Amino acid sequence: MTIKNSLKQLPNEKGYFGSFGGRYVSETLMPLILEVEKEYNKIKNDNNFKKELDHYMKTYVGRPSPLFFAKRITKDLNGPKIYFKRDELNHTGAHKINNCMGQILLAKRMGKKRIIAETGAGQHGVATATVCALFGLPCIVYMGEKDIKRQSPNVFRMKLLGAEIRSVTTGSKSLKDAMNEALRDWVTNVKDTFYIIGTAAGPHPYPAMVRDFQSVIGEEVREQILDAENRLPDLLIACIGGGSNALGLFHEFLDDKQIEMIAVEAAGHGLESGAHAASLSGGKPGILHGNKTYLLQSQDGQIDEAHSISAGLDYPGIGPEHSYLFEQKRVQYMSATDKEAIEAFQYCCNLEGIIPALEPSHALAVLKKIAKHYSKDKIVVMNMCGRGDKDIFTIAEELNIKL
Amino acid sequence: MSKRIKKIFEIKGKKLITFTTGGDPDLNTSLEILKTIINNGIDIIEIGMPFSDPMADGPTIQESSVRSLANGTKINDIFEIVMNIRELNSEIPIILMGYYNSIFNLGIDNFTSKCAETGVDGLIIVDLQPEEDSELFTKSKERGIDLIRLITPTTDHKRLITILSNASGFLYYVTVTGITGQNSANIEDLKKSVNTIRSSTKLPIVAGFGIKNRNDVEQISTFTDGVVVGSSIINIIKDNLNDKYKMINKIKIFTKDLKEGIKE
Repeated sequence: MTIKNSLKQLPNEKGYFGSFGGRYVSETLMPLILEVEKEYNKIKNDNNFKKELDHYMKTYVGRPSPLFFAKRITKDLNGPKIYFKRDELNHTGAHKINNCMGQILLAKRMGKKRIIAETGAGQHGVATATVCALFGLPCIVYMGEKDIKRQSPNVFRMKLLGAEIRSVTTGSKSLKDAMNEALRDWVTNVKDTFYIIGTAAGPHPYPAMVRDFQSVIGEEVREQILDAENRLPDLLIACIGGGSNALGLFHEFLDDKQIEMIAVEAAGHGLESGAHAASLSGGKPGILHGNKTYLLQSQDGQIDEAHSISAGLDYPGIGPEHSYLFEQKRVQYMSATDKEAIEAFQYCCNLEGIIPALEPSHALAVLKKIAKHYSKDKIVVMNMCGRGDKDIFTIAEELNIKL
Repeated sequence: MSKRIKKIFEIKGKKLITFTTGGDPDLNTSLEILKTIINNGIDIIEIGMPFSDPMADGPTIQESSVRSLANGTKINDIFEIVMNIRELNSEIPIILMGYYNSIFNLGIDNFTSKCAETGVDGLIIVDLQPEEDSELFTKSKERGIDLIRLITPTTDHKRLITILSNASGFLYYVTVTGITGQNSANIEDLKKSVNTIRSSTKLPIVAGFGIKNRNDVEQISTFTDGVVVGSSIINIIKDNLNDKYKMINKIKIFTKDLKEGIKE
């Protein structure tokens, strides 16, 4: 059954979510991107593709990921029942692989011989390097020089997996610039190369495609929470950089109007400091990396450098669907600072024995603050989208601990 | 459509077009460079609107954007440059080239008004294709500004028809799949592609990307209506940042040489 005015039917055929999205790339890339769209539309309803993807998701990624009742945090916050969707337990340690597995199978179908990707925290880079090793395709990962330094364990993992890491030294030397460089590579090697974009952004069909591959998160949650509680949750909460893990959790529930949704941007040193990565709270609409969306930018339309302690959220833009959901007020967008995220990180280690990535620590930081507004009979699902092994050096430095 | 662009292509002979980033290395020098270029008989000038994230450009033009922005260039400064040139020369076609965010940010109506007021003849927006350009196209057309469309080696016949349907001024053929300032195209392939396009349009076709020196200009201008040289001039800027006099002088010699290489 199709619901009238369903939020789940977007984007339109031109790739728009309301006035956001679209396709803003150089002409050289246009024919290829149209081909990606065509092929993606084919596999969306192809049972063989679905079967193949499901097979790898189950036997290689380890899906479904568990839905875990965080009993001690629930007790401590004295508010709603808190569940973690444990996507950090996936192979490679984050939700990123859900999307990479889908895209590499598509790339294979399209006969592409070379894979490129951008990465911030390195989680998407590791996931891409992993699927490339699995299918025997060469992998080139663009990563900002600044991120290479702060995410060294992931850099080494990617190298072990056979990927070539190309350090990006332009601009802010982080995720935004890695994406510029990946696009420059793509336009140069357009014939044989497939670009696995890591978040629900970029030219159409990427925002929709990445979201669809991540939607497995929410679909599993629906089943799991019905099993556990015999009803749907009251609140969903997730962190956002580009926004793929949040959409992965939210998308399945967008038309369940009674379910509240909160997405948490990285406030860095604080929204008023100017050093943050909160594109919706502190940006305005513009065009970058192939789509129209909210961006941090100067009065003159130059893209600002973002700041976050979490390399995965350190991006001045956001997926176009989030810009739409923001303007529609379907999702509430809040933010957490570096400091609050570190506190939540430690809190989660101590109370649940889970070392979270710095990214979902942002979501937990907001959850800690707002839990008191929810009664004990309410149910919250937070997406634990990544594990924190990669972040221990950053945390040690912040806490002045010498390893 | 722009009268100046129409007129220049009615004059016999192949056209030499240059690209420099507005405000590189600073506003005054940038203007001096443009004056020098114009005095050497260059037919059309493209002025780059510097952008923080120039995804279609190689290191040379990226760095020139960085230099310009570091010196505080704003979009209004670009219009200032255009006005200054117009005071000296009422005939030369001026094209602004850049990325869509610069236009979107100012507002399409506002941007195209300023273009018309200051005497801009055409726009080349690298990340804006026919699928997304209807609003800018309409406003530009109203104001007599050509939205110059790009055709690339990956453009197939179906897309070519789409691109040509609203094209005006001239066509810009991107000679290589890639970013600016990198490899040069194979001449035979290039000739074939240009001839294919020519069979579908009466508009002039100019070639750009990877055209570096007099030799490239000589060869490629035999079968196109014009050629664009950008990164090579910007490299002269980069190599002579400490000596403006030398910089201008070298650009003078270089563009003169290019002009002599163009086929009449």
